Amino acid sequence: MSKVLMKGNEAIGEAAIRAGSLNYFAYPITPQSEVAEYLSRRMPEVGGVFLQGESEVAVSYMIFGAAACGERVFTTSSSPGISLMSEGISYITAAECPAVFVNIMRGGPGLGGILPSQADYFQATKGGGHGDYRLLVMAPASVQEAVEMVMQAFVLAEKYLNPVMILGDGLIGQMMEPVEFPEHLKVEPSNKDGWATSGMDTRKSSHRNLVKTLYLDPGELNAHNLKLKAKYERMQREEIRYETYNLNGDYEILIVSYGTMSRVCRTAIDNLKESGLEVGMIRPQHLFPFPGQAINDAAAKKGCRAVLSVEMSMGQMVEDVERSVIGKCPVHWYGKCGGEVPTPEEVMGEIRKIIE
Amino acid sequence: MGKIFQKPEALSDTITHYCPGCTHGVAHRLIAEVIDELGIHGRTVGIAPVGCAVLMYNYFTCDFQEAAHGRAPAMATGIKRVRPDLMVFTYQGDGDLASIGLSEIVHAANRGEKFTTIFINNAVYGMTGGQMAPTTMPDQRTTTSPFGRKPSEVGMPIRMAELLASLETPGYIVRQTLVKPKYVTRAKKAIKKAFMYQMENRCFSMVELLSTCPTNWGMTPVAATKWVEEKMMPYYRLGEFKTPEDD
Repeated sequence: MSKVLMKGNEAIGEAAIRAGSLNYFAYPITPQSEVAEYLSRRMPEVGGVFLQGESEVAVSYMIFGAAACGERVFTTSSSPGISLMSEGISYITAAECPAVFVNIMRGGPGLGGILPSQADYFQATKGGGHGDYRLLVMAPASVQEAVEMVMQAFVLAEKYLNPVMILGDGLIGQMMEPVEFPEHLKVEPSNKDGWATSGMDTRKSSHRNLVKTLYLDPGELNAHNLKLKAKYERMQREEIRYETYNLNGDYEILIVSYGTMSRVCRTAIDNLKESGLEVGMIRPQHLFPFPGQAINDAAAKKGCRAVLSVEMSMGQMVEDVERSVIGKCPVHWYGKCGGEVPTPEEVMGEIRKIIE
Repeated sequence: MGKIFQKPEALSDTITHYCPGCTHGVAHRLIAEVIDELGIHGRTVGIAPVGCAVLMYNYFTCDFQEAAHGRAPAMATGIKRVRPDLMVFTYQGDGDLASIGLSEIVHAANRGEKFTTIFINNAVYGMTGGQMAPTTMPDQRTTTSPFGRKPSEVGMPIRMAELLASLETPGYIVRQTLVKPKYVTRAKKAIKKAFMYQMENRCFSMVELLSTCPTNWGMTPVAATKWVEEKMMPYYRLGEFKTPEDD
C-alpha cells in the first residue's frame, strides 16, 4: 500500500477503524478535536458508531458500557479531558474490560495551554484515577508509529482485559507526516462469552454475565487486587518495548527520552557525534511497563558517566529513570513544559554542562 | 390446576437485604414481571446504581453492569449505541439521578437514547445513611439537614419527571408510586409501557416511582406509606408527563 500524507489526529482515527474498532465516543478538546471531526464523517461510511458525549466523564462511561458488551471501542482526548475520564478508567480497569484511550497531551496543570507537552506521564503510568491499577501505556514518536500502536493497542487491551493508553504529545496529533497503513487487523475479540454482558441469547451457556467493581468482602477485594497485580506483572514480563540509538559503541552520556522529544534528542546525538562526543539513547515505546532493566544495563556500561532524562515535563519520567539506574551513575533531568519543544542546541548545551 | 402466582424467571432466589417496608423489592418484582411478559430475558442488560440497589444484580438473573454513581445513563448510552438490539434499563435513586448524575440523565433523555430508566425517588440518600437529596421535601429532617430542609438555603426539591418532560425530544416520562396495591398496578403498567417503547425503538423512557425509606425517615413502614401520600404526592404529582404520541 502506498503512503499518504496525513495529520496525526486523523491517522489515529483511521487506524482505529482499520483495527476493527467501529465504536467511538468523544468530547471535543484542543489539540485533538480533529479525531472527532474526522470520525464524524468517516464512521457513517463504514457503518460505525460516532457519538459526541456531553462531557468527558460521560464519554468514559459510554466507553465502559460498550466495552462491557465485548465491543471494540475507543476515545480520544487531551490532558484536562483525561483527568475527567480518569474516574471511568479506574472503573473499567477494575471491571477488566478492554478499551483504548488516546491522550494527545497539552500543557498543564489546570487549563495550562494548548501546545505540546508530556506532563501527563505520572497520570498515565501511575494511576490518575483511584485505586491500585495500571494502564499499558504506549508512546509513539511519529505519525506512522502512532498508527501502528493504535492498531496494536486493541490487541493488547483484549489480551489483558485492561484499558490501553496511547500517550502522544500535541505534536503527534498536529503534525502531518507520510503514513502507510498496515493491513486491516484480522484478530477478532475472543473469549468474551465468559464475561461480556452481550445478552444471554448470544451465548451458548445459560450463565449470566455480570460486570462489576464492588467487592465488599475484604478477602474478595484483596484477591481481586492480587489478580490485577498478576496481570500487570505479566505485562512487565511480556510487553516491554524500547528502541536504542547509538548504543552499540562507547558513549559518555545516556539519554532516556520518548515521543517527539526523542526525535530532537536524535538530532542532538548526531550533532555531538560530529564534534567527537558520543551519546547513546534509550527511547521507551511503552512507558508502562517501563524498560528499567535495559536502562540499568546501559547506565552500567563502562564509560557511561551520566544519564539524562529529557522530557517535556518538569521531571516525571526521571523518577522512573532514577529507580532503574539505582545509583550506577548520576541521573539528570532536562525539559520544558510551557509548550515549546526543547531544541537540539538546548539538549546539546545540557549535555555539555554535564560533561564539564 | 396450573400455578396462578409464581416468582418471575427474571428474579433469583436470593434473600433480600432491603429493610422492612422498603419498596425496592416491589420495584424489582415489577421489572422482572415485565421482562418475563415481554420475553426479553435473554437480551436484557440491567445497570445497577450506586446506592441501596447496588447489589440488585443479585436478585436478577439477566446480564448486568454496575455503574459508578450517577453514570448509568452514559453506560446505557454506550450499550444501546453499539448493541441496539439489547434491551437496557437503568435503576437509579434520587441522589444518583437528580444530583451527581443530573447531566447524564438530561443529555441521554435529550438525545432520545432508546433505553428505560427506573427512578426510585424516596427523598433521601439511602445507603450512605439518610442524607439530604435534591428531592428531599421542605422542612424534611435528614442527617445533613437536621433542622429540616430550608428552601431559602438549598432550593426546592427537583421534580425530575417534569424537568425531563420539558425537553423537546420525544420521550415517555411518567411518575407513579408503590405505596398501595392500586398504585402498584399502575406502576407496573407504566414500566411495561416504558419497555415497550424501547422495544419499538421509539424513545427514551423514564418511570419515576415515589418510594419509602422507613429506616432513614425514622418511621414505621405504615407511617412511611402515609407520609408518601400526604407529603410527597401533593408535590410530586402522579401521571404521564410526556408520551411519544404527544408530538
